[in-house]
Parts: sequence; structure tokens; C-alpha cells
Amino acid sequence: MLKFVKHNLETISGVEIYPIISLAIFFTVFVAFTIWAMTYSKDTINQISNLPLKDE
Amino acid sequence: MEMQQFQYDNKIVRNFIYASIVFGVVGMLVGLILAFMFLFPNVTSGIPFLSFGRLRPLHTNAVIFAFVGNAMFAGAYYSMQRLLKARMFNDFLSKLHFWGWQLIIVAAAITLPLGYTTSKEYAELEWPIDIAIALIWVVFGINMIGTIIKRRERHIYVAIWFYIATFVTVAVLHIFNSLELPVSGLKSYSVYAGVQDALVQWWYGHNAVAFFLTTPFLGLMYYFVPKAANRPVYSYRLSIIHFWSLIFIYIWAGPHHLLYSALPDWAQNLGVVFSVMLIAPSWGGMINGLLTLRGVWDKVRTDAVLKFYVVAITGYGMATFEGPMLSLKNVNAIAHFTDWIIAHVHVGALAWNGFLSFGMIYWIVPRITKTTLFSQKLANFHFWIGTLGIVLYALPMYVAGFTQASMWKQFKADGGSLEYGNFLETVTQIIPMYWMRAIGGTLYLVGVLVMVYNVIKTVKQGSAVQDDAAEAPALAVISPNRLKGEKWHSWLERKPIQFTIYTTVAILIGGIIQILPTIFVKSNIPTIAAVKPYTPLELQGRDIYIREGCVSCHSQLIRPFRSEVERYGDYSRSGEYVYDHPFLWGSKRTGPDLHREGVPGKPFNGGRDDVWHFNHMYDPQSISPGSLMPRYQWLIKDKLDNSMIQKKMEVMVTLGVPYTDADIANAQKSIDEQASKIESKLLANSDINKVFGKDQEVPLKDREIVALIAYLQRLGTDTAVKPKQ
Repeated sequence: MLKFVKHNLETISGVEIYPIISLAIFFTVFVAFTIWAMTYSKDTINQISNLPLKDE
Repeated sequence: MEMQQFQYDNKIVRNFIYASIVFGVVGMLVGLILAFMFLFPNVTSGIPFLSFGRLRPLHTNAVIFAFVGNAMFAGAYYSMQRLLKARMFNDFLSKLHFWGWQLIIVAAAITLPLGYTTSKEYAELEWPIDIAIALIWVVFGINMIGTIIKRRERHIYVAIWFYIATFVTVAVLHIFNSLELPVSGLKSYSVYAGVQDALVQWWYGHNAVAFFLTTPFLGLMYYFVPKAANRPVYSYRLSIIHFWSLIFIYIWAGPHHLLYSALPDWAQNLGVVFSVMLIAPSWGGMINGLLTLRGVWDKVRTDAVLKFYVVAITGYGMATFEGPMLSLKNVNAIAHFTDWIIAHVHVGALAWNGFLSFGMIYWIVPRITKTTLFSQKLANFHFWIGTLGIVLYALPMYVAGFTQASMWKQFKADGGSLEYGNFLETVTQIIPMYWMRAIGGTLYLVGVLVMVYNVIKTVKQGSAVQDDAAEAPALAVISPNRLKGEKWHSWLERKPIQFTIYTTVAILIGGIIQILPTIFVKSNIPTIAAVKPYTPLELQGRDIYIREGCVSCHSQLIRPFRSEVERYGDYSRSGEYVYDHPFLWGSKRTGPDLHREGVPGKPFNGGRDDVWHFNHMYDPQSISPGSLMPRYQWLIKDKLDNSMIQKKMEVMVTLGVPYTDADIANAQKSIDEQASKIESKLLANSDINKVFGKDQEVPLKDREIVALIAYLQRLGTDTAVKPKQ
């Protein structure tokens, strides 16, 4: 749908690169944050995930 | 380490909860009135401020910003203080935030029914209120980040990450979408026009859902579900991935299908992949919430709070599966403009936002009043009647949506013409569905009223809300830089300012990549020589169309489908909208599309004469029996106010509409001439002549109806005789 928007975007020079850049950025970010999350030590994770339960 | 004594501010939490409940009842009641207007279109006939078009934005704004907004603030203020072991940064800012927000809501509740609206969905409020929202939002942000800075807990818990993302992103979205040029104290025109305005609006619209209705509530989920289940979240690692990937791709996902579906095939497919990717973080979050209940499912049987959370999280999972599906081109072709979308948003609003708020309210109120809930039985009753209400609301709307779409697209057996050419046939078919929806909505509201009673009784039996005393050691001062052996993320997670900056970067990447093309679009829109600015009278008529909220039920966007071209005329082209500040594409077809309303030659739509429009506004049912269109009789009585027309045209010139100085100087004369022509056509009708032919205090040509007719008759005519591009 919305084919009439198509022309406007096609006329932007180099627009083909947009989705490729988008995917590359997302993939990199996703991998980075997965590594981020995996490098936590188990103790730290246990301790911080219990924060809501120790706050009264 | 020396313990520091401090107090949690419970009164601000109580205030936001009460406000949420009160405005929740109001917002849902208005919604229910609107649902009944589908069955009795003229139930508020003759009362302009209670007409459907004006109440509809009141309903959406009240539910989103007043009910859900206040619930979000209540939960954030409650959980933040305890997670950070600190009182809110500044009591004055807390109070300013609360009262400022309520004042904005009251301003909305007054201006929207009076017809002051920008017509951009969920951003309808006029410019002075927009400024107030931005200011109060910043107050909230300062108060939150100030609290984080003076915290006594090193690690900033994941719930607060979601609050930070909410603050940052809503600020960015609100400011960019609300850029408008004032004409007067309560009237402005969007700086964007047509296609550009649509792209910015839906970049906002989708992400307002993401960052006002989703991220803050995920924060609440990560705090209140573990609290109620009395066990930590299933996987904190998953919550980290959930947070970053959600905020990172949400901001691209909504408009991506709008943008890339218009690109070559390979790019379209990639765009769809992007939207579908959003399922991963969304369902990651849902699974994380549900699995937090592992081992306590027996408690779900008895505990109403947990019941509410289970349905809320399930509703979240359903809505976030449906969302990406709706962004698929072939599904969107069916669902767009139909009641399917109404079903979709209400699964999100009633189940996810509503039930999570109710669960939270039942959990917090007894705690801050130092008592137990007045009645678990009533809370369980609320749960069951509310759940039944959601089912009875959503299912008929899905059926209605499919029925509409299939009837709109159905051709006769010979393939030549539409089976249901008259739009009205597709409306009368789904009236039973509208009845069931109204019943579902009633059940849901009854549940909320039961909650109101339960909360009042609980508060009465409890003690007055007092601040909770607490103590914790101050945080030892450590280096702002990374410590030896400290991992990068541990460092970032204790640095709120840096964290906020990185969050902003994460959402801006998607925002910039999307918004840049929309800026380029303006210079890339092929101008169509035949498309001219509206005449002064048509501009006035357009402003009446905006004021009355016609856009709530009528689209102005003909999609390039054979069934739509057959029904409404040639499909819409971007060059036709270049003078539309704001755009009026609409998002729902309760009535037919109007983009080519002025063009004759279609059997059932458009090309009617002025008398038809006059009579139709006076009494739609006399012309189309069974129509849902309400009467707009005040347009026929009221005098058109032309005092601002030159100022309006000057503002349009600033925005790039090519009115000449002569056009502006002669505006009144031009209005008079065009109106006189319409008047003479109307008076040629004997019935109209009988009433309006005699001397009138306000001549017929000076009334609002004439301007609206001028606008409706103009629609689509610029390009009508042009051959296809």
C-alpha cells in the first residue's frame, strides 16, 4: 500500500543503502548487548535481580 | 557504614493513583458513550461539544495520557524511590509535576470538546498545551534523574532504565511532531504538509504507543510482578537484552512498513523483516514476565493482583504478535481503516495497560494505607468481569474488521462492479458487532467501578497515607572512571547521565535514519501543476472539518487497490497534498473516504450537489437510512467567523503555500463571492428556500455550512480531469 510514497523515496539518491545500514546497525547492537548480558557474573545477577525484593 | 534516615514520599504516589482512577472512569465512560453513538448516532444531537468527532479525541487522550499516564507516574514514583533507596529528588518538583499534569488534562478536557484540535491523532492538543506538556515532562525528567543521582543503591535496576527511555523518547517525539505555527491563541497549522506531515505523525503515533504505553509499563512489570510473586525476575540477563533491543528497534519499526513497503521488492521484504524482528524483544519481555511466576502459579488462583498481571502480560504478548503481523503488506491491506485496528489497540489498552494498572493499584493502595484490601472477592469479581469485557469487546471488533474488509473488496460475479457499492451496506452489516462491543465495554467499566468502591473502602479502613521511614547507608564515593577490573557495563549502569545519553543515542539512530528521508521527501514530491491552494472559503471549510473531527471517521487516502479506485476514484498521489497543513488522511473508515468527494461519475460516492450536502448535514438518516453519521445542524445555524482568515493565509504563506498579497487582501471578497454562488444553488431548492429564502438575521451564505460545502466540493477536483500519470 501507499505506493504513491514510493516515488518520493526512490528519488533520494542512494536510498538503497538505508535498509542495509539499518540491518547492519541492528545486528551489531543486538550482538553487542547479548555479549554484555552474558558477561555478568552469576553472583551479580542474583544480587541485582533481587533488588525489588529487598527495598522495604 | 553510617546509616542515613530518610522517608519515601507516599503522598505523591497516592495522588497519582487517585488521579489515574478518576480520569480512568471519565475516559472509559466517554469511550462507552462513543460506542453507543454507533448504535444511536443522534443521542447527543444538537450539542456540538458532545458530538462524536469532538469526543473521540477526548476519549483517546483521557485514556492514554490521564488514566495510563497517571498510573505510570504513580508506579514510577513508588518503585523508583524504593529501588534507589532515596526520596524523590525534590518535593516541589513532584508536586509541580502532579498538578501541572492534571492541569494539562483539564485543559484538554475543555479544549477538545470545544473543537480546538490539531487533528493529529494522540497529538490533538493545541500549541499552548503542547508547550505546557513539554515543560511538565522536563520537570518529571529532572525529578527522576535527580533522584537517580542522589541514590543509595549502586546498581540502577532495569525498571528504571525503561523509565529513562520513556522520558527521553517521549520528549523527542512530542517536540518534533508538535512543530506548528500559531494563528491565534488556540489555533495553529502543522509546519509539515501532506505526505511529510503523515510520516512525522505516524513516526510519532507508533512510538507514542511504544514509549508511553509500552516501555514505562515494562518498567512497572519488572518491579511489581516480582513484588507480587515475591521472587526475582526470571532472567535479569534477558531483561538487559530486552531493554536495549526493544528501545533500539521500536523506534524504527512502526513507520518502516510505511516507508519501505513503498520501495523495491527486496527493500520491502527487508522492511517487513525489521518490523517482524520486534516480536523477539517483545516476546522476550513477555516470557520474562510470565516465567517470573514460575513456582507460584498456585498463588495466581487466589491472588487477584497476580491474575491481573497474567492477563496483562498475555495481552501484551498478543498485541505485540499482532502488531508485526499488521505491518505485513498483505495483512495491512485487509486491516487498515477497519475495526480490526480498534480491536488491536483495545487488547493493548484494556488488557496490557488497564490490567497492569489495576493490579498495581490493588497492590499499592493497601500498603500505603497500612491495611489489607477491603475485599479480595470484589477484586476477583473485577478481574473476571473485566476479562469478559475484553473478550466481548475484542472478538466482535475482529469480526467487524474482517467483514468490512471483505465487503469493501467484493466484486460482483461478473467481475465488473462492486458487490456492495453503497458503503452503507457494509455499515449496517456490522451493527450487531457494535452492540456486542458496547456490552463488552460496559462490563469492563462496571469492573472499574467495583474497583473504585473497593479502593474507597480500603482507604477508609486504613490509616491516613504517611511517608514511609527508611534507612540505608550512603553510597561510598568512588571514581567516576572505571575501577580496576570493573566491566564497562557495570560502570555504565552506575552512571545515570552517561546511561541517559547512550539511551538517547540508541533511539536517535533509528529516528534520524527515518526522519531524514521524510525531510528529503518535501523536495522530492512531484508538484502537480493543477493542484492549487484552497480558496479562503475552502480553507475555512477545512478548518471546520478539522474542528468537528471529521477525520475520526472519514479517510482522505485512496489506496491503489482496484476495489478502492472503483469505489472512490483514482488513487491518491502525494502531489495532491502539498498544501495540506495538517494532512487529513485519517486512520479509520467508519464512513466512506472523501478524498475525491467533489468528483462526479461514481455511482455511490462523491459528486453530490450542494443541496445534498446541506440536507445530509441537517439529517443524514433522511438521506441514508441506517447511516451512523450524526447530525451537524449547528453548522447550518452558526455564522462563519472570518475574522482570522487573513492571518491564517499569512501563516500558510510562511509555510510555503503560494498565496499572493492580492489573494490575502481580497480574502473577504473572495469568500463572499464563492459563498454567494453556493447560496444561490441552495436557495434554488424549494424546501431550503422556504426556510432560508426570507430575510435572515444571518444570510445563508454567511453560515458555516457553506464553507464546509465549498471544501467538500473542492476535494479531488484539482486532478479530476487529468489523465493518469
